[in-house]
Amino acid sequence: MQVPAPFVYERATSVQDALALLAKHGPDARLVAGGHSLLPMMKLRFADPAALIDINSIDGLDQISVADGIMTIGAMVTHAQLLASDVVAQHFPMLTEAERVIADPVVRNKGTVGGSLCQADPAEDLSAALGALRASVTTIGSGGSRSIPVRELHDGPYQTVLDENEMVTEVTVPLPSGSSSSAYEKLERRVGDWAIAASGVSVSVADGVISEIGIGLAAVEAPNMVAADAEDAARGQVPSAELIERIGELAAEATDPNTDQRGPADYKRHLAGELTKRALRRALTNAGALTNEGAL
Amino acid sequence: MTDLAETPVSLPTTEVSLTINGEAVTRTVESRTLLIHFIRDHLDLTGTHWGCDTSNCGACVVWVDKKPVKSCTMLAAMAGGHEVRTVEDLEGADGLDPVQEGFMQCHGLQCGFCTPGMLMVGRALLDENPNPSEDEIREAISGNLCRCTGYENIIRSVRWAAEAGTSENGASQ
Repeated sequence: MQVPAPFVYERATSVQDALALLAKHGPDARLVAGGHSLLPMMKLRFADPAALIDINSIDGLDQISVADGIMTIGAMVTHAQLLASDVVAQHFPMLTEAERVIADPVVRNKGTVGGSLCQADPAEDLSAALGALRASVTTIGSGGSRSIPVRELHDGPYQTVLDENEMVTEVTVPLPSGSSSSAYEKLERRVGDWAIAASGVSVSVADGVISEIGIGLAAVEAPNMVAADAEDAARGQVPSAELIERIGELAAEATDPNTDQRGPADYKRHLAGELTKRALRRALTNAGALTNEGAL
Repeated sequence: MTDLAETPVSLPTTEVSLTINGEAVTRTVESRTLLIHFIRDHLDLTGTHWGCDTSNCGACVVWVDKKPVKSCTMLAAMAGGHEVRTVEDLEGADGLDPVQEGFMQCHGLQCGFCTPGMLMVGRALLDENPNPSEDEIREAISGNLCRCTGYENIIRSVRWAAEAGTSENGASQ
């Protein structure tokens, strides 16, 4: 029987209330959103918070909106909400595609966007996808509000750069400019599993060349879960079959995967390259920059 | 197994008030009590099954505010103030819910362990989509494991319910 170690339960009614409760209970307090990452770790006693502060009763953190070229996703938006959102699918097909393969439909009813990012799991799909899209998290803490790029949020596995008295309230994603699209490719052993490897690619094309690109990688130990060298090599280039091959190779080189029960390191590195090529090819095609996908 | 109904006074507790199958209940439990154990051990509603304990198998699925959730991965305290519905509530005054009837008609279970979760997910699917395709049913139950049927009869059972009528509380058409 798996039951968490004893803890004090508190329910926050506002962001300020949550911060006050974090301050009251000190460094061993944790916020709980959907709980679908934290509670399993507590049941296994990998996590042992002295106090658990439930933020589900805070109003206003579960909205998705678009204004001034930025999409804002509340920290408490669930995976199911993100998957069902038409405005998300319209601007960021990658997020919809990633959500379709995150956990299972029942788990997606509880798991949240903010919780997923703050869990800082190196295999977590949204961290890769939102990193590719150059999203940022907005936080509120004792020192006020700040914005942290998703690419800089994690400070190692299961660790974030957040202060003890700081919480994520929303995620902001800049809308792409020009002709753009994005795609997410994930290989998993079975429905609901973590990725063996996954790659998400976002591209914008202007004047016949790639004007901006983001490549996020999950479960393959890429620094900051992105392929920065591959992004640099693609920017300013004319889309072509040769370019896609080269970008895939560079994405694979960005990885340092571990051999585990999901597969050997070589296999995962190969997958990172292949999945990046597939995602890039689809994104370019959907952006109208490749007219003959079959020939590639 | 530890008897969770006996709460040592030294451990942190929380008063949990929620609605279960339409009935308001209040219990003071250890704060770490999971919703599955609250339902089974404190409310004696044992229709919901406690399976893998890791949010994989879906035997523990109940509804919280009309959405299916895995009750092994939610604290009872977090369900406070919310509406919980369990498999016991599927049968209405007019008899079994069509989903339950479908599982009977189409042999949708053998050992029955996964059945409460399958029924709650099936009911939720039909409330949202009264005429789901086979693929939509497969997607909906993809968070629920069955080790007997091979799923084919479960899919037939949900289709049977869709064709028999999808109104709530067993009002078959």
